[in-house]
Amino acid sequence: MIAVQVIVGGLLLGAIYALFSSGLTLIWGMMNFINFAHGEFVMLGMYAALLVVVWLGGGPVTFGAAAAGALFALGAVIYLSLVRHVLRGPMLAQILSTFGLALLLRYAAFWWFSANYVSLPGNALSGTIAIGGIFIPVAQLVAGVAAIVLTLLLQLLLTRTLIGSALLAVAEDPGAAMLMGIRPDRIQALAWGLSAGSAGVAGALLATAYPWSPSVGETFGLIAFVVVAFGGFGSVLGSLYAGLIIGLIQAASAFWLGAIYKDVVVYALFVALLWLRPQGLMGKA
Amino acid sequence: MTELRVEHLAVRYGDLVGVADISLKVAAGQVVALLGSNGAGKTTTLNAVAGLVQPASGHVEWCGEPITGQPAYAIVRKGLTLSPEGWRLFASQTVEQNLRLGAMALADQSRKGAMFERVYGLFPRLAERRQQPAGTLSGGERQMLALGRALMCEPKLLMLDEPSLGLAPAVVGSLYEKLAELHRQGLTLLLAEQSIPLALAIADYAYVLQTGRVALEGPAQELARNEEVREIYLGVRTPQPAPGGSA
Ligand SMILES: Nc1ncnc2c1ncn2[C@@H]1O[C@H](COP(=O)(O)OP(=O)(O)O)[C@@H](O)[C@H]1O
Ligand SMILES: [Mg+2]
Repeated sequence: MIAVQVIVGGLLLGAIYALFSSGLTLIWGMMNFINFAHGEFVMLGMYAALLVVVWLGGGPVTFGAAAAGALFALGAVIYLSLVRHVLRGPMLAQILSTFGLALLLRYAAFWWFSANYVSLPGNALSGTIAIGGIFIPVAQLVAGVAAIVLTLLLQLLLTRTLIGSALLAVAEDPGAAMLMGIRPDRIQALAWGLSAGSAGVAGALLATAYPWSPSVGETFGLIAFVVVAFGGFGSVLGSLYAGLIIGLIQAASAFWLGAIYKDVVVYALFVALLWLRPQGLMGKA
Repeated sequence: MTELRVEHLAVRYGDLVGVADISLKVAAGQVVALLGSNGAGKTTTLNAVAGLVQPASGHVEWCGEPITGQPAYAIVRKGLTLSPEGWRLFASQTVEQNLRLGAMALADQSRKGAMFERVYGLFPRLAERRQQPAGTLSGGERQMLALGRALMCEPKLLMLDEPSLGLAPAVVGSLYEKLAELHRQGLTLLLAEQSIPLALAIADYAYVLQTGRVALEGPAQELARNEEVREIYLGVRTPQPAPGGSA
């Protein structure tokens, strides 16, 4: 029974990994730009949720939407003000720009919020439910399910709408997309908005269930890179499966090997994967 | 009435010269051929007109309006469409999605349904394959999709960059039948080709490019008759009576 409990807990956390990682796959996998600040977007989403709850009150829908909206705007602004310009520069400029941005956001959060762990006050999603002998915190259940739904919505947006089709077109061939009348800059800004927005809402969902400090961005950023690589670069569904698997592996290794090993196991598998299957687990050979 | 006028167009790729000096005109209702061997500057010329590359100097005028250096997404909305070299379809997306993207520059979006009908009418094969990813189509079907996608925005002038490249001769034949049909329906065409006879057969007027300049121009029928011109500028050798034994 305890094994089932561990598995369910891992999958519910993995669902949130899937959500913020599908945001990274939009930028890294599709637009071919390495964003080292993605984990910080998740972290900012967590604090955005906190600020909304403290200042305005409101339930998960309110602070979830607020975190998504705030990070969407931040992502679009970062593209238009920073990324658009370094795209014309050398590869090193691209890497350094978002690396610097990550540091900036992380230390701004340290300065503003301090390094202490916080959690959402007066959580509406408190309590635990028992299903078939296992106990699941309501917050984790709601967050995990919401994350899967949002990831699937992102997938539908990309594959079933004209704007998603335009986004995929820009990812595949920006010049050909321009010949269709598409403005690649606007689509890229939208992609950055969606990417950061999904990280933001994932952060808000994490905040309902787990305490955090400004340094979580680093951990989640690394996890997002691992998930995108596992999922085969540029596939939202690939990120969904890979996110769930990584959550599961983490939970299992934390339980059976000890909590301090959970990240080590994930990164060891990551290195092994890049060595054996550089195109990703779900990617085509 | 001249729709497209290109004057002394020059394009550079860094230190390299793409085209040095190109001037040409396309009048409404015409089919104009842009001929020349590989590297002559056909693609560069069309890409500069369409706004994919920025000219270093020269003028491009469309229906009396200067459009020099405007971005491609703005130019296509003026009714001037390029089907680029190698087609550049969105391989991971379906036939229908590719056509939908083609219709994004359609000025009157309420005509989208009519455009789908027209393209599927022209190429019933595409209708059969509408849910198939473009990357899984055969060469002939890809060419149909490229042409169909370019037609979805109801262009006044359609520029085609080597539409016959890499196609089997029979497929090229039916492509040119479609182009002739579209021309009869009133479409103006600017057609870059290396495969000369077919292009000259459909064209009213032709320009022959050589190392980035217009080496020769004239009514298509005159150029087609001129054997010497064909040999020198187009690299098409007139078949000689075969001498006995090898040369
Ligand atoms: N992207 C590019 N970078 C550098 N040189 C180019 C590029 N594209 C074309 N060229 C050069 O410009 C000239 C014209 O090429 P192009 O327009 O492709 O000719 P064509 O379409 O007639 O084969 C050639 O010398 C070619 O090598
Ligand atoms: Mg060419």
